[in-house]
Amino acid sequence: MAMTRRERFGELAASLGAGLLFGAGLLVSGMANPAKVLGFLDLFGAWDPSLALVMAGAVGVGLVGFAFAPGRARSALGLPMRMPTTKSVDRPLLAGAAIFGVGWGLAGFCPGPALVALATGSPRAILFVAAMLAGMALFEVFAGRRPGARMPP
Amino acid sequence: MHIDWNAFTPGTALAGGIMIGLAAVLFARVAGRIAGISGIVGGLMRPRAHDIGWRVAFIAGLVGVPLAWRLSGRAWPFELDASGATLVVAGLLVGWGTRLGSGCTSGHGVCGLARRSPRSLAATLVFMAGGFATVLVVRHAWP
Repeated sequence: MAMTRRERFGELAASLGAGLLFGAGLLVSGMANPAKVLGFLDLFGAWDPSLALVMAGAVGVGLVGFAFAPGRARSALGLPMRMPTTKSVDRPLLAGAAIFGVGWGLAGFCPGPALVALATGSPRAILFVAAMLAGMALFEVFAGRRPGARMPP
Repeated sequence: MHIDWNAFTPGTALAGGIMIGLAAVLFARVAGRIAGISGIVGGLMRPRAHDIGWRVAFIAGLVGVPLAWRLSGRAWPFELDASGATLVVAGLLVGWGTRLGSGCTSGHGVCGLARRSPRSLAATLVFMAGGFATVLVVRHAWP
């Protein structure tokens, strides 16, 4: 499926723009601070409910934005809509989410904020991202070819 | 449980969340893709032709804003207390777990919930429970 030059440029520009807005949102929201994330996950201590509002804002906007013209086969640029098609709640999904949750609770980092934290230059943030990338690479090596365990494109 | 009112930042949390939601909707509507960070990054681990540029562009934007903020001489609150060993273990778990579970806070927690995906709802409930339980053990039940 060859893309025209216009489509390819548009895809790159949209990706850069969405990344910029996403990164700014993470900074503004406070999620770029691991201590604040842990304050939210500390439900049984001094609880900081802020991240519930981050989720509410993001999901609220998303519910409206995704509800509009859901069946469309092409994006505004004429690119194919590559939305996940897997429907089943299966064991890899639940096991992966549980493993991720434990790692999230240990450090206060999920993937987006961890990448944002690279900009601090903190050696320990870099260490976390290196370990995260290693975890992703190890998954590809040992489990990535298994059917059903692939991220939809 | 008691609420830490001094740490609570409802205005910026909501504003940042709205920006994240707008980014996800924009990305889906214009590029036709899910703004899931673990999927975007993880897809680079086994690169395919014509599937690299958009991933790099998104990540460049994501890291570009905080980098520009830092280079302009400003900072944001950032406290990372975990030890080096904890960070390595946590990073491996986050990397492996998000790939096995096909998504993270953004792909499942924002895009998936907004798309009303039962899979993403299940994943989000599980990783939230995992995060709550881990902090409970580390902060309140560790000997």
